[in-house]
Amino acid sequence: MATSTEVMQYTPDVLVTGGKTLADVNDDISAPLERFPTKKWWACFIIAICVFALGAALATEMFTKGLGVLGLNQPNGWGVFIVNFVFWVGIGHAGTLISAILFLFRQKWRTGINRSAEAMTIFAVMTALLFPVIHTGRPWYAIFWLLPYPNQRHLWVNFRSPLLWDVFAVGTYFTISLVFWYIGLVPDLASIRDRAKNRIRKLAYTILSLGWRGSNKNWSHYEVAYMLLAGISTPLVLSVHSVVSFDFAVSNLPGWHTTIFPPYFVAGAIFSGFAMVVTLLVIAREMFNLKNYITIGHLEKMNKIIMATGMMVGYAYSCEFFIAWYSGSPFERFAFINRAFGPYWWAYWIMASCNVFIPQIFWFKKARTSIPIMFVVSLFVNIGMWFERFVIVVTSLHRDFLPSSWKYYVPTFYDWGITLGSFGWFFIWFLLFCRILPVIAMAEVKGVMTPEGDHSPHPHPQSSHSKEVSVRV
Amino acid sequence: MSKQQSDSKQLAGVIGFFEDSHDLVNAAEKVRDAKYRSFDAFTPYPVHGLDAAMGLKRSPLPFITFAAGLTGCTLGFLLEFWTSTVDWPLNVGGKPFNSWPAFVPVMFECTILFAGLATVGGMFLLNRLPNVTRRGFDPRLTSNRFALVIDSLEENENEDEEQGSSAKKPTKFKPFDESEASDFLKKAGAKEVKSVYTEGWF
Repeated sequence: MATSTEVMQYTPDVLVTGGKTLADVNDDISAPLERFPTKKWWACFIIAICVFALGAALATEMFTKGLGVLGLNQPNGWGVFIVNFVFWVGIGHAGTLISAILFLFRQKWRTGINRSAEAMTIFAVMTALLFPVIHTGRPWYAIFWLLPYPNQRHLWVNFRSPLLWDVFAVGTYFTISLVFWYIGLVPDLASIRDRAKNRIRKLAYTILSLGWRGSNKNWSHYEVAYMLLAGISTPLVLSVHSVVSFDFAVSNLPGWHTTIFPPYFVAGAIFSGFAMVVTLLVIAREMFNLKNYITIGHLEKMNKIIMATGMMVGYAYSCEFFIAWYSGSPFERFAFINRAFGPYWWAYWIMASCNVFIPQIFWFKKARTSIPIMFVVSLFVNIGMWFERFVIVVTSLHRDFLPSSWKYYVPTFYDWGITLGSFGWFFIWFLLFCRILPVIAMAEVKGVMTPEGDHSPHPHPQSSHSKEVSVRV
Repeated sequence: MSKQQSDSKQLAGVIGFFEDSHDLVNAAEKVRDAKYRSFDAFTPYPVHGLDAAMGLKRSPLPFITFAAGLTGCTLGFLLEFWTSTVDWPLNVGGKPFNSWPAFVPVMFECTILFAGLATVGGMFLLNRLPNVTRRGFDPRLTSNRFALVIDSLEENENEDEEQGSSAKKPTKFKPFDESEASDFLKKAGAKEVKSVYTEGWF
């Protein structure tokens, strides 16, 4: 919990508090990896496994009985699974924004949070990928339908379909995020290797670190590679949720057929992703005693981004209504009036309050720097962003062009159970990550602690001796 | 590689340890100016200004990335073009077979995929990674220590000289001598100097 002293001590320019030395960074961040898991960790892990098992059991039953166990029916061919897919892909975007875009903008505060945010990206995309696959009802065929490969049917995939663009976009996103993350990990894995006492542990981290020794000839190529990956990940992350939005926008359905969708989806993705990063880091810094590395300052900056992207999303909501009126199309107008005041009015207003109104509290510095407030707001944003996708998918479909087929879509126990199971799956991975890999990029944090982090090219060598770089023997 | 270990100890170079990165950068400049044939620095994090201090050339990696990106873009388009117009032309919604604007997203993703993987692969290749059989010099080099290693390479051993380590061919290099190099590092500010012996890879 944020004590008032913690807030008072915070100065915006200090990225690592507590007078840490370079060696302290390794000691503090490697500590959770080098001791046995705590009871709290086991409790979380077992809960995550149980929740995932519930989802897996329900999914298995769904495969045997058929998709009829879900709430899907005409006219709602898409439901909670597609909502979950978009939700989880969106969560991932904050990680890439932090690792790539903030890197290109030279935002040094990213170093404290990029590792865990990137891990979140990878696990979120892994979770997202479950849904389109199980949504086919015959997941063992999905791979044959999705990938272009020579087959005995002599058929190819339809490259004009946004659903296929999605396969390439999300597949590339996952691959590039994974290698980007791994490249960042290599020097830190070498640190863990050099600390290892146990032989098996040493062997494992030697292999994982690829034999990295911190040679400057290697750093020279490494830094260029990191910058290039950041450079190509930036358009990639913007493209991924744009392509996801094409799944909707390329269709002709009122409520989906909207040119604002790509930027609106990207802003929403970053919004929800940052909320998830705040949720996870508020817990992680407490559990692993990392308050000197993930400071109130880091969290405050993320809260500012949450507020900014929240307002972009709010602008998109109002813009959609304006265009629905301005287009003069009665179908567009109906779709949007139905969205806010139709049978799903409650979902719309949950979305609007959680995403637009609640984050406005971050105008106040007291709220931005208060751990309990930001934790609650981040949960609300996550809920709101899930409902945003629910509103887009469900309200646009449930009243189609033929009023006799209008239906009120209600997800079943299977929908909810499998959705819950996806959270279990995500947290299994995230909890394992916290135990096995350093949750903070140690080499990068060291780079911003030392005087090199400043922009002064020639700091006085005498004074730098005594500062942060003091060596403990 | 590790078979060489049998012929007792063979000198590989001298290593000097430094207390902080500024001492290291200053020392690297001196070693560079003394024209030692081959030397390298070892740091726990990338130290700014060290590339210049060591006289390293800029990495050629961007060219690899660019070439791979171009290849990915071309291959992506060729795949889409060939499957949609040559191998099995299929009328989808009355669109032309070569409906290239619809092919752009996949071309873009292929560009990124190829460029990203080639960047990583190229970085590994240039850095001779993975190489898990070699040892580190000091476990604290990945924590809080900085070091300079002057190699004892002979003139003819220098064929596979690593990229950017020194200037053009005709440059006169300083001949390596163990005690001379140790003294040089000490004078350059090293707090501790040791000789390094080959153990497999060096």
